[in-house]
Amino acid sequence: MKLLKSLTVLSLFLISRIVSAQPSEIEMADAMLESGKIYVVIAVLCTVFVGLVVYAIMIDRKLSKLEKKVNEK
Amino acid sequence: MKHWWKILAVILVLYTIIFGFLIEVPALPILHESIRNLFFHVTMWFSMIILCGVSWVYSIMFLNTGKTDHDIIASESANVGIMFGSIGILTGMIWANFTWGAPWVNDPKLNGAAITMLIYLAYFVLRNSMDEEQKRAKVSSLYNIFAFILLIVFLYILPRMTDSLHPGNGGNGTFSDLDIDNTMRTVFYPAIIGWTLIGVWFLTLRVRIKKLSYQRETELINNNI
Repeated sequence: MKLLKSLTVLSLFLISRIVSAQPSEIEMADAMLESGKIYVVIAVLCTVFVGLVVYAIMIDRKLSKLEKKVNEK
Repeated sequence: MKHWWKILAVILVLYTIIFGFLIEVPALPILHESIRNLFFHVTMWFSMIILCGVSWVYSIMFLNTGKTDHDIIASESANVGIMFGSIGILTGMIWANFTWGAPWVNDPKLNGAAITMLIYLAYFVLRNSMDEEQKRAKVSSLYNIFAFILLIVFLYILPRMTDSLHPGNGGNGTFSDLDIDNTMRTVFYPAIIGWTLIGVWFLTLRVRIKKLSYQRETELINNNI
């Protein structure tokens, strides 16, 4: 009986610790992270960025060609 | 491999985009998930200040050496810096609209940023108002030296002396543990380096275009004589 009592006290103590350790009710995009949909946003943004980088590389190369042409003359 | 830093820039920004959304951020009232804007809005301003700093150094170097190349780098660097500053203002307005309730509030840092942008716009107006190259380079270099000092005053010194909504102003230190934690720093610092290197890439593109057109102009002038 004593054991049960101490166990109850201990578990109540633990539960109260867990409950108080929970972050306050500040709303974060937890659902988005849990459902994995945030990866869609990341994929879209990465695609946009890579597209812009490819475009910059193309401009870079064109410019190099032009520099070569001008300096050959 | 002379393009290694461009690859590094792309990797760092991709890292920022991926982990900027995935890492755990502190749950703060008002900010909520928008705290992740730190990796995208604040880094724009860091890049702008680094690029304007480059512009400042090259302006001083131009006044010391008189080399046209230095003046070209100075003006193009300020140009890319202002591009980042414009993105910084726009992203800041979006963020402010959702956290402070209005896109533009009377915050010393916002007004300071607006004045700084005007100072740099005046730099370009000044440049375009003069035809003679050496004179243009000299006058605008001198102006640029004061422009960067004013940038530091308006963006860093004055907002600290009054109350500002921006963290790190009005007495409290920037990036104290209240604002960001160490997990965020693992993305924030690479993000600054990544975005700045992207800016440097654009800078080299602009400088190369400018040099080509400059070369062409001098050839034309020499042919006419």
